Amino acid sequence: MTVTDAAPLSAAGNPIGFGRMLRKEDARFLRGQGNYLDDIQLPGMLHGAILRSPHAHARIISIDTSAAEAHPKVKAVITGAMLEGLKLAWMPTLSQDVQAVLATDKVRFHGQEVAFVVAEDRYSARDALELIVVEYEPLRPVVDARRALEPGAPVIRTDIEGKQDNHIFDWEAGDREATDEVFRRAEVVVAQDMLYPRVHPAPMETCGSIASMDRVTGQLTAWSTTQAPHAHRTLYALVAGIPEHKVRIISPDIGGGFGNKVGIYPGYVLAVVGSIVTGHPVKWVEDRSENLMSTSFARDYHMHGEIAATKSGKILGLRVKVLADHGAFNGTAQPTKFPAGFFHIFPGSYDLEAAHCEVTGVYTNKAPGGVAYACSFRVTEAVYLVERMVEVLADELKMDPADVRRQNLLRPEQFPYMNKTGWEYDSGDYGKTLEVALDKAGYDDLRRRQAEGRARWRAAGGTPEHPEVGGEHLMGIGISFFTEGVGAGPKKHMDILGLGMADGCELRVHPTGKAQLRLSVQTQGQGHETTFAQIVAHELGIPPEDIEVIHGDTDNTPFGLGTYGSRSTPVSGAAAAVVSRRIRDKARIVAAAALECSTDDLEWELGRWKVKGDPEKGKTIQEIAMLAHGTLELPEGVEGHLDASVVYDPPNLTYPYGAYICVVDLDPGTGQIKVDRFIAVDDCGPRINPMIVEGQVHGGLADGVGMALMEVIAFDESGNHLGGSFMDYLLPTSLECPSWELGETVTPSPHHPLGVKGVGESATVGSPPAVVNAVVDALEPFGVRHADMPLTPAQVWLAMRGRPLRTDLAVS
Amino acid sequence: MQVTMRVNGEEVSRDVEPRLLLVHFVRERLGLTGTHWGCDTSNCGTCVLWMDGEPVKSCTVLAAMADGRDIRTVEGLEKGTQLDPVQEGFMREHGLQCGFCTPGMMMTARWLLDHNPDPSEHEIREAISGQICRCTGYENIVRAIRWAAEHPAKEEVAS
Repeated sequence: MTVTDAAPLSAAGNPIGFGRMLRKEDARFLRGQGNYLDDIQLPGMLHGAILRSPHAHARIISIDTSAAEAHPKVKAVITGAMLEGLKLAWMPTLSQDVQAVLATDKVRFHGQEVAFVVAEDRYSARDALELIVVEYEPLRPVVDARRALEPGAPVIRTDIEGKQDNHIFDWEAGDREATDEVFRRAEVVVAQDMLYPRVHPAPMETCGSIASMDRVTGQLTAWSTTQAPHAHRTLYALVAGIPEHKVRIISPDIGGGFGNKVGIYPGYVLAVVGSIVTGHPVKWVEDRSENLMSTSFARDYHMHGEIAATKSGKILGLRVKVLADHGAFNGTAQPTKFPAGFFHIFPGSYDLEAAHCEVTGVYTNKAPGGVAYACSFRVTEAVYLVERMVEVLADELKMDPADVRRQNLLRPEQFPYMNKTGWEYDSGDYGKTLEVALDKAGYDDLRRRQAEGRARWRAAGGTPEHPEVGGEHLMGIGISFFTEGVGAGPKKHMDILGLGMADGCELRVHPTGKAQLRLSVQTQGQGHETTFAQIVAHELGIPPEDIEVIHGDTDNTPFGLGTYGSRSTPVSGAAAAVVSRRIRDKARIVAAAALECSTDDLEWELGRWKVKGDPEKGKTIQEIAMLAHGTLELPEGVEGHLDASVVYDPPNLTYPYGAYICVVDLDPGTGQIKVDRFIAVDDCGPRINPMIVEGQVHGGLADGVGMALMEVIAFDESGNHLGGSFMDYLLPTSLECPSWELGETVTPSPHHPLGVKGVGESATVGSPPAVVNAVVDALEPFGVRHADMPLTPAQVWLAMRGRPLRTDLAVS
Repeated sequence: MQVTMRVNGEEVSRDVEPRLLLVHFVRERLGLTGTHWGCDTSNCGTCVLWMDGEPVKSCTVLAAMADGRDIRTVEGLEKGTQLDPVQEGFMREHGLQCGFCTPGMMMTARWLLDHNPDPSEHEIREAISGQICRCTGYENIVRAIRWAAEHPAKEEVAS
């Protein structure tokens, strides 16, 4: 059976394989029976709360905890000085830096962790925070990343011996000389500065942990909001020195992750310390302000792009310089050898001659993080850069941006394609996908209506000086075409702190033919309990309702680095297919023994080994399962039972792609942008469960609208965080989102066992430039070539007047 | 202080601190953890439940304010083993992913359909616009509520 055939239905009406299937996990969520971190109550459990810094940069003169300790319900107050005694004041980050668990010498960002209170209940813990007196000596903060390397800038990381500046790293990719050469001979060179502002994943469930340390056995059990339970176990062992076999991490139902729940936060460590100190389980759950102010942000890339082309619009090269604001500690989560993540996939979907990028990372007095929010390890920033540069080029050449893309997209015969910065794209038919999207949008008609609208606006007297005329609005049409590299990653190419990114997977088929699949990855809403059962069903013919997917508990699942970077289907999905095929091979031996024939005499049909030429004779997978556990004599060396395990090391990344078109309406009287239409055509290979794929695309598109139009974490000149609540950090609601129009093309990955490519982050990566391109297109009558996100009414209003803001700072 | 209220049809009485939020009361004192907490500022709506037949954001209601009132939470949607059409709609139209906003969304949806059994797409979007979902982009939530509108429970049809 190929993946494009419709799967047969089980007795319960589910596809025995790929196809639309309602989710198994919904039964509990619909009834309010999910089991999220904060739903867990343990006997004797205490509650922790964190005192945070009101300053962006200040020396700690003294901390007086005596009044808090005297609070009748307080069990412990922990400070950085106490942690120093335990050698736990600093913890390693995922980027070979260290981060303060509790500040000792200085605070380095607004909201940094300063003290931890453990009390009998959560309200008392919060009360006691107000009883702690901290004396600070405020220091000049580094707020503007562009001034972080200036001589005389305050040095943030005085904890690093000999550190005299705020420089973290310089990194480059591509061929500098070849790129410079292309630029020297190019007919057209256009440059553009752009900011991908600091944003935040803001899952609806904030981060938290419950730690329970058994003093007698030395066993630490931690329930944590983590997308990567196995990675956390190893890191706890390395950080706290607790033997790894005595650490159990349980990731219960997760209320959204989006990369926010990959790293280990100080609160997690503090819950462990709190449990060690008090002898009780300790729960710590952050509030929304803590989530927005201190946990992993995303982006904050100041980018300078240059594009070289011919006068007829053939792109020749891209040259990029990036200033990366990493905050006070370098805590980005990505494969270790790539300090800028996968940003160097910035040549995107285009056939060009040369490309080069330089990235400089700096410390600022802001929260650490940088790789989050469904970014596919900074492919988001890369796609934004290239898709804005293509528009800038089209604007310079007065060409239709669709035609520029048509002329430059990679052609099907070029695949597998080694791009100019070292990525081997596995498969694609880009031109087809673009045309499907343009057709679906009715692109030519849209352009005609746009021209008519502009003519009406001008006829009514509309000019840049007098934009508001008779209620006439202006249409904007934006295109983006993205290519992602997901499914990190091949051992030969990447690791995280020395840990390879292969995924383990175990499948047990019980005697009655029901199965349990154990995964290393961890769902946060992606529907793993359903889609992974469908993968096994597709390979073995066992109905998906007979397959239980087990995940999120390190004691009960094999090792793997978790779910982020759209890696679950590309890596663990492949592991699930391969482990199923091992079971199928074993089942063949069992069937041959039972049927007293050679394995060569058998052929597979879904759910059954049958005798070639005698199809009535065969054994179903359920019959084989019972036989494998029974008394049947098996060939020498073949063990009984029907279990298997694998570790899957992907040979390459997978490269999903898509063509997106956004249509916006600009009210020139107010600067208000409304997204009228959004067309998204994704190619992620075959779709295991199209319903779930579409749902993931919908969610990512909303993210893109939010980032393009609403979301930013900005700072004032003192380094105060200005996005610390949902009243200040604006997320899209049902009213800002249009009804999404989806389409698909299907180009399987040649190296994935199921041909599937992963899709979880495609829309978040691909949609922001489509929205921004549409807004800038709507602003064409005003001569606007670029304005930075978020394109709020105020920002659009100022752009119409030729002076768009810097959106990262609340100072002009 | 002592508070007494009806919760999902049953009278409950507890001694509480006057400052205790209703969301914490139902979650921690009654064990009804289907109502979630997400923001503190009445923006996200994961804490929506009904008080005297009206949806409220229970993170900004004190348990004391619910004294003598009638509370309905997501745990009170299912009738026996019969899912409410809204629950059924969320399942059939894939109106949930991580499930965290879902109880609040469903409580608002039930209220909408009780007051407007045949809402337009825009009316649905208006009704849920005080609640945030980070997973679904709202599309399938809108479809789920439309599904429920088109498949009312038998007693609703009868009334």
